[in-house]
Amino acid sequence: MLPAGERKLALWNMGVAYTAFLIGTLAGLLQVFIRNDALELPAWLDYYQILTAHGVLLALIFTTFFIFAFFISGMSKSIGAFGPKVLLWNWIGFLVMLAGTILATVMIVIGEASVLYTFYAPLMANPWYYVGLALFVIGSWIMGFALVGHYMKWRKVNRGELSPLFAFMTVTTIVLWVIACLGVVATVLFQYIPWAFGWVDTINVELSRTLFWYFGHPLVYFWLLPAYMAWYTVVPKILGVPVFSDSLARLAFILFILFSIPVGFHHQLMEPGISDFWKFLQVVLTFMVILPSLMTAFSMFANFERAGRKNGGKGLFGWFTKLPWKDLRFTSIFIAMAFFIPGGAGGIINASFQLNEIVHNTLWIVGHFHITVGTPVAMTFMGLTYWLIPYLTGRKFSNTMKKLGFIQIGLWSVGMLLMSTAQHILGLLGAPRRTAYSGYNGHESALEWFDGILTNHVTMAVGGSILFLSAMLLLYIVIMSAFVSPKAVEPHEFVEFPLAESDKRATPKILENWWLWIGIAFLLIIIAYAIPIAQMIQHAPPGSRGFITW
Amino acid sequence: MHLHKYEKIWLVFGTVCLIAFLSIVGVNAFAHDHTPAGGIHTIDPEKVRETAPFNEPGVKQLDDDTYQAAIVASAFAYDGGETLEVPVGKEIIFKITSTDVVHSFTIDNTNVNMMVVPGQVTTKAYTFKEPGTYLIICNEYCGTGHHFMYTEIEVTE
Repeated sequence: MLPAGERKLALWNMGVAYTAFLIGTLAGLLQVFIRNDALELPAWLDYYQILTAHGVLLALIFTTFFIFAFFISGMSKSIGAFGPKVLLWNWIGFLVMLAGTILATVMIVIGEASVLYTFYAPLMANPWYYVGLALFVIGSWIMGFALVGHYMKWRKVNRGELSPLFAFMTVTTIVLWVIACLGVVATVLFQYIPWAFGWVDTINVELSRTLFWYFGHPLVYFWLLPAYMAWYTVVPKILGVPVFSDSLARLAFILFILFSIPVGFHHQLMEPGISDFWKFLQVVLTFMVILPSLMTAFSMFANFERAGRKNGGKGLFGWFTKLPWKDLRFTSIFIAMAFFIPGGAGGIINASFQLNEIVHNTLWIVGHFHITVGTPVAMTFMGLTYWLIPYLTGRKFSNTMKKLGFIQIGLWSVGMLLMSTAQHILGLLGAPRRTAYSGYNGHESALEWFDGILTNHVTMAVGGSILFLSAMLLLYIVIMSAFVSPKAVEPHEFVEFPLAESDKRATPKILENWWLWIGIAFLLIIIAYAIPIAQMIQHAPPGSRGFITW
Repeated sequence: MHLHKYEKIWLVFGTVCLIAFLSIVGVNAFAHDHTPAGGIHTIDPEKVRETAPFNEPGVKQLDDDTYQAAIVASAFAYDGGETLEVPVGKEIIFKITSTDVVHSFTIDNTNVNMMVVPGQVTTKAYTFKEPGTYLIICNEYCGTGHHFMYTEIEVTE
């Protein structure tokens, strides 16, 4: 069991994560019914307000607080108890993050910030919304640096040794996060805040979009890498095998640092202000993440096959039936991975220079991130929650909870399958995203979008309702394992933190040479961004004043 | 570094995939000239209405085979002159900008899908293959009236 300090810290992070999850999924439920015309909002509440809350609370707040709960627990588990300084700085970071979260959420709720979480200058939110988000990022940095400090202390004591895989991966993710945030910090501090407070009159819109997307794409890897960490380090333990290849796992993570950041232009392929050459260069760099993704897929299936054969699986696919399907911890994550296969393929389509024209800003994109972030990431986090909370609280995880857990992930899968399939097809037909209604005054083409067996107004609403039901069931499990379930007494009743053995004897030391990889990352960033950003500043049009159009 | 034999085969497979994907995208872009909407012309967003070609929005014939359609987007409407009407089978060069926030100009059932950014002019050339009335929508969030922002384009024989 972890020391009390870490347990309390992780549980508070978890608590904020699931509070955000509650409000965020409720906002999601409202959305499908508004689009369906089944629900009309009161005058003080607007669809785009709910949309902003849904995005910010689920994609940003839920994920980040959950990730830090996982990091704190895993770092303490893998490299030892935190010292008082590490604990203190973690608490300071947590409180700053929480203050920022509350400030931004209040601004959204009072209708002062319906600008979605991508900001969309020159839409101008209340300046305190931007301040809130800045605090959120600063808080996450403080926590991140506190964890890196803990790691550095371990390195000092264990000079010349490679760190445990979990710690290595945590540091990789934090490095990625800090480098990625530089873009959003630059735009919020130097563009949005001075402009929203009225210290300057105008904003350079194209520059703000570019700085945002410099951050906006690696942001998805900040969600994904902790899920990958669970796949690489937790899943093998559940399967009863060691980590397939320590060096492969580390190499994949390093490649994510290198190739997830200098790629933001692929979100801006349809817009002016960037020449075709630079867009294409970033498309090439975007495609490079195919390599670590395929490496990860390989490791996962290699583990499955080894575990299945160990349990007596015969023949080409016999091992598949021998996997521990009755183990909720495994099945939840397996489903999460399965969703990532079409998710990843869709990502390649989105990033393609020309194919993006077909899907850009359609419901396809919404479908895409519901089967990437909304399932592989979120469901991995759910799979972790089942054991992480009981592990932290020292309570039992009863058979009833396990059964409820299976129902929960089952509902989530069915709901997501219905909703995201409908969204993908609707997007291909041309239906837009981020609209309260898509009727266009009963226009013939608009009616055709919703004319299919799967692609009608009901399917998405049914999917969304099932998802909400699943979310409520999950919250019930969370509350039970946090406060209600009986305390574990007997040794076998204690829930463990499953962390697989990782053989690092054959792993090259150079993989843990941070300055080398950070240096290469910055080199790639400069190659991909320096000239186009310089052009955006030198060749800038007169700036835009702020608009409030909601 | 130790790599399993199958691991190496898989990595080669992945690399070959990567090269294949990028070659397709690259040949399409630079040999077949298939590039998405863009352009690097700037404009003062406060003076759109005084700047050519947006001082006279609408369709204009440039030569026998090319037309230009100048459109001004603003919350929550498009101004493309009296009516947007273009011939089928001719190249139409769309030029569009915004007087306020970010919008898009997306023609349903085509691959015209342009972001409209204040201060910038977006350009996209497209040749319609079928006559008919096409729906144009804004697919970038621009405020409360976003879902009412649409227009039509008439493609004639």
